[in-house]
Amino acid sequence: MSIDVLLQQIVNGLVVGSVYALVALGYTMVYGILQLINFAHGEVVMIGALTALVLAKWLLGAGVPPMIALLLAILIAMAVCAAVGVLVERIAYRPLRNAPRLAPLITAIGVSIFLQQIAILVFGRNYFSFPELISKTPIEIGHITINMNEIVILITSVALMAGLLWLVHNTKIGTAMRATAENQKVAGLMGIDINKIIAITFAIGSALGAIAGVMVASNYGQAHYYMGFMLGLKAFTAAVMGGIGNLWGAMVGGLILGLVENVGLIFVRGDYKDIFAFVVLVAVLIFRPQGLIGERVAERA
Amino acid sequence: MSALLDVKQLEVAYGGIKAIKKIDFHVDEGELVTLIGANGAGKSSTLRALSGLIKPVGGTVTYKGQDITGIPSHALVGLGIALCPEGRGVFARLNVHENLLMGAYARNDKAQILREVDEIYTMIPRLKERTAQLAGTLSGGEQQMLAIGRAMLAQPKLLMLDEPSMGLAPLMVEKIFEIINLIAKRGTTILLIEQNAQLALENAHRGYVLESGEITLAGDAKTLLADPRVKAAYLGG
Repeated sequence: MSIDVLLQQIVNGLVVGSVYALVALGYTMVYGILQLINFAHGEVVMIGALTALVLAKWLLGAGVPPMIALLLAILIAMAVCAAVGVLVERIAYRPLRNAPRLAPLITAIGVSIFLQQIAILVFGRNYFSFPELISKTPIEIGHITINMNEIVILITSVALMAGLLWLVHNTKIGTAMRATAENQKVAGLMGIDINKIIAITFAIGSALGAIAGVMVASNYGQAHYYMGFMLGLKAFTAAVMGGIGNLWGAMVGGLILGLVENVGLIFVRGDYKDIFAFVVLVAVLIFRPQGLIGERVAERA
Repeated sequence: MSALLDVKQLEVAYGGIKAIKKIDFHVDEGELVTLIGANGAGKSSTLRALSGLIKPVGGTVTYKGQDITGIPSHALVGLGIALCPEGRGVFARLNVHENLLMGAYARNDKAQILREVDEIYTMIPRLKERTAQLAGTLSGGEQQMLAIGRAMLAQPKLLMLDEPSMGLAPLMVEKIFEIINLIAKRGTTILLIEQNAQLALENAHRGYVLESGEITLAGDAKTLLADPRVKAAYLGG
């Protein structure tokens, strides 16, 4: 009996964890290339969710079929978030690229608050309900329950992560990203336009964040201007847990965090769920600060 | 005939302290010219100024008759200038093949690039054996070979090498110079910055001696090699 509960929580954990992983990739990509914790990334995810939500409702109202409405909404949200990410880098971070590291970090927190306030101005302070575009009717597999929405989240996440790994390891632009992450000066000597590569990194991370935002909103059926805060912190935890700067680390970290949270729910009340993420964060920082897939990107011989 | 690279009255300073004091030198097409000098003489500062890594405070750098003083480093490659940086600067977490491809980043002729990668492998067989290996796991000498091969993939007219022999065992230094000679024979113009004066002058056409930011001697490499002042200062006798 309790094995069923465990299996169910593992399934739930994988669904949530794959979303954490997508968001964590945004943190880790930016960190890998700039050694900057982009605390505004959670807000980009929120903007993605709210943009997609407003668009999807409007498209549904205009009589567009749900699947097409969803796809269109996601695509536009990705474009909006990519633009926000690139603009934030251009305006807030680039002028500080050679400043002491505390300056961009504090700036990132400032940008995070700024984006939240912009979201309040544009969307308001309300909780919005996210339309059920993909069926959430429970499907029974043995003693485990899952719905189509969750299945789509899992499959999409895996596909996106595989796609990102392929991009980073098998394309010219991806190789240039890794080269720039390792040594900007020498990358410049190769004729790589570093500013362009950094902008592309922000665009990709933010577009992935937009999709993750839609996933969270559709999974919980709601979205609001504050949703990026906790989600961002947890994804950041996942990135640190995996080893920040490392793509595999972000993915593994996200999945593990999702699993820990949901399996942990067997033992404690739901209200305490958020504690796990931060217990994990503190434990990792104490016992394995370089992360599970430990490779210190920031330090070079 | 005008020089391929012409440096006039170049001045470099670090916060008021002059590292390079109005030096003149030039490199003609097809030449292998070396800039020698002791540690701290200003060799690397000169190269950094030429390659856009620092801005000179005075003077001009002319390449193919075009003023390129203070040009940003990523724009050099397009002009046909490649720099093999001091300390090699290979991308440690990219494999050998990827490092070579990054040398050709500014180009788009993929088939030709792959042909030239093969040429590099033929010229430096050691790299071919390690094509899928991360560059960080190579020996210092192999990394230097990789850095030179990578620079060649930019199809440079002018290749600038910053202390290629630094920190390498004598046998490996010989191998590196074999490669440099091969590249020179194929028609690439080379500006070689070296601390190993003997080896640099043996291989170069002409040389300049840099001392505390000034050029104190210049001329034919064979003549410099025989010059008693060079002998006394750099060749241990």
